[in-house]
Amino acid sequence: MNTTKKPSRIKWHILVFLAPAVLVYTAVMIYPLFNTLRLSLYSEVAQTREFVGLANFKTLFGDENWSKQFWNALGNNFWFFIIHMLVQNPIGILLAAILSHPKLRFAGFYRSAIFIPTILSFVIVGFAWKLILSPIWGIAPGMLDAVGLKSLYAPWLGREAYALTTLSLVSVWQFVGIPMMLIYAALLSIPEEILEAGECDGITGAAAFWKIKLPLILPSIGIISILTFVANFNAFDLIYAAQGALAGPDFATDILGTFMYRTFFGFQLQLGDPHMGSAIASAMFAIILIGVCIYLFAIQSRMRRYQF
Amino acid sequence: MLKRTITGGLLATTVLCTHAMAQDVTLTIESWRNDDLAIWQDQIIPAFEAANPGIKIKFTPSAPAEYNAVLNSKLDAGSAGDLVTCRPFDASLALYDAGQLANLSDLDGMKNFSDVAKSGWSTDDGSATFCVPMASVIHGFIYNKDAFAEVGVEVPSTEAEFFAALDKIKEDGNYTPMAMGTNDQWEAATMGYNNIGPNYWKGEEGRLALINGEQKLTDPQWVAPFSQLAKWGSYLGDGYEAQTYPDSQNIFTLGRAAIYPAGSWEISGFNNLVDFEMGAFNPPVQAAGDTCYISDHTDIAIGMNANTAHPEETKTFLNWVGSAEFAKIYANALPGFFSLSNHEVGMEDPLAQEFVSWRSKCESSIRSTYQILSRGTPNLENETWNASVAVIRGNETPEAAGERLQKGLASWYEPQQ
Repeated sequence: MNTTKKPSRIKWHILVFLAPAVLVYTAVMIYPLFNTLRLSLYSEVAQTREFVGLANFKTLFGDENWSKQFWNALGNNFWFFIIHMLVQNPIGILLAAILSHPKLRFAGFYRSAIFIPTILSFVIVGFAWKLILSPIWGIAPGMLDAVGLKSLYAPWLGREAYALTTLSLVSVWQFVGIPMMLIYAALLSIPEEILEAGECDGITGAAAFWKIKLPLILPSIGIISILTFVANFNAFDLIYAAQGALAGPDFATDILGTFMYRTFFGFQLQLGDPHMGSAIASAMFAIILIGVCIYLFAIQSRMRRYQF
Repeated sequence: MLKRTITGGLLATTVLCTHAMAQDVTLTIESWRNDDLAIWQDQIIPAFEAANPGIKIKFTPSAPAEYNAVLNSKLDAGSAGDLVTCRPFDASLALYDAGQLANLSDLDGMKNFSDVAKSGWSTDDGSATFCVPMASVIHGFIYNKDAFAEVGVEVPSTEAEFFAALDKIKEDGNYTPMAMGTNDQWEAATMGYNNIGPNYWKGEEGRLALINGEQKLTDPQWVAPFSQLAKWGSYLGDGYEAQTYPDSQNIFTLGRAAIYPAGSWEISGFNNLVDFEMGAFNPPVQAAGDTCYISDHTDIAIGMNANTAHPEETKTFLNWVGSAEFAKIYANALPGFFSLSNHEVGMEDPLAQEFVSWRSKCESSIRSTYQILSRGTPNLENETWNASVAVIRGNETPEAAGERLQKGLASWYEPQQ
């Protein structure tokens, strides 16, 4: 009898150990997420909250006043993401490859110096770069002048054509440490034997990187890409700190985060509309979900893993 | 969860305080003016408490950017103070409609205010007023007197003189003619469009005609301010596109610019920073002899929490806010925030005196976009920021800007359809 009873006993210790994390995560992540999704189906009519189905989404995508802003923000978001993928991640990989070179001196110093901006607050980074690039007090015009390139200077943050790219590059500067560290760790975990075996076959130097190391760090690059994707489509802080909630000039730097903030909390004379704001937040959630699913099912599952 | 903790904390402090001073009634003021904390504690509150024994006042401001959100959640939770500082127009109107601000139309102190003064805190039809007006801000141009003397330009009174002066300062080259940037956007609309605009649309006449649907934003008097703004771009100094509001303030107070398109709220800040003499002139008129119009914008008021436990004492305080004594203390403690009451208020600051003197020679109006017209989507105020910037930078013609604003307004505002 004892033997039949034992497996069905509730394993209390598992529940107890899981509880704190589950409760905290539910309270601060899962509940707000689902409540936001729910809120997007309501609207305020004559001081009361009423269920309106998908009407908010119809307004968001059907009404030109809303849809124009939404597509503009989404387009800007994609550009923000593309800059990160094309600049941040290759530079990160390059830096990691250089850092992992055994003959490099002061590697620890470089590693820390490049990583430090990552731990700075967005607000500090936003204001510092705004000052550096300022046409009035900034050091950027002076530095360009010193090397005779003053003509290249423009008030970048104030021009529609450059502002978003400039801010993307500031963000790249801040976060290039993350791909660098992840790739660096991946490179260090490649066993020497494999590289030596390659050397015996005549694969050395750059060829060793392209033919041996790169295929082995591909899973890490995949993870970095998806992290970049999620972070970029949730971005808000840097744009808000540098350009304000109206994301000037002429909405050239408006991304989904600032669009959502403006709508949800209101801005100046525009009263906050939590329901439309939630609709935008839900659309952001859907976009990120689709992106992550594409990655998980189309890319990650096909990636080859090597066990050493 | 955080909100609950804060609410709990507030309740606890309220209970403790009531207990400590059981014989006195303590009224709490909600406000976004944390800059004014010292003025309230050292000047305003002692003056009131001396005249009204038995009522104690506590001034509890929160950060300006968070004020509306904090206040709304406190009102919903029933933990808001007895007195509520009111933002003008829709933010406060929404609170009144929700039954959270009391109707103060019958308050004695309310008699001391004109209809324009009350417009910021009245229902659309003007039947009910729910906040006692405290102060307005006036728009105009502050200039560097030393720079004007050095370059040899006179204070302009017409548009032609204004641009002639700007040209001369630009030619001289020692000063940036005008300190304003377009990075933060709002200055272009608030200190640009709504500063110079009333001269063209004839103040209240045009503003009300726009609300009634008798005028359109494509009419010449509404496009003309944009045409003037289009000329400003070349006087704003290098890289104005990325120049922020604090940048402009610093450029002017450091003596690097000659003219600063201003609101009177700058006065007290600038007084502490400049080492040259400042003067001010009202927005130049189109032709000599024209009536001048100024933007004398209702900015701050104070109302009563409809659920206060001490309505009588709260009304006593609000009546006092409408008195000449309050007007005098407030206007002198905060030069640049002008009393909206009909009392004669003597002010000592010369720059503030200059600003307020325009009230007697010009017609007063408020910002055109603030009442009713910024209620829908797209928001006319935000669109005006954007359009003013686009026009200054030359990305949009004045006519196109007017058309875009009109199209946006007509899309939701019936009288304009």
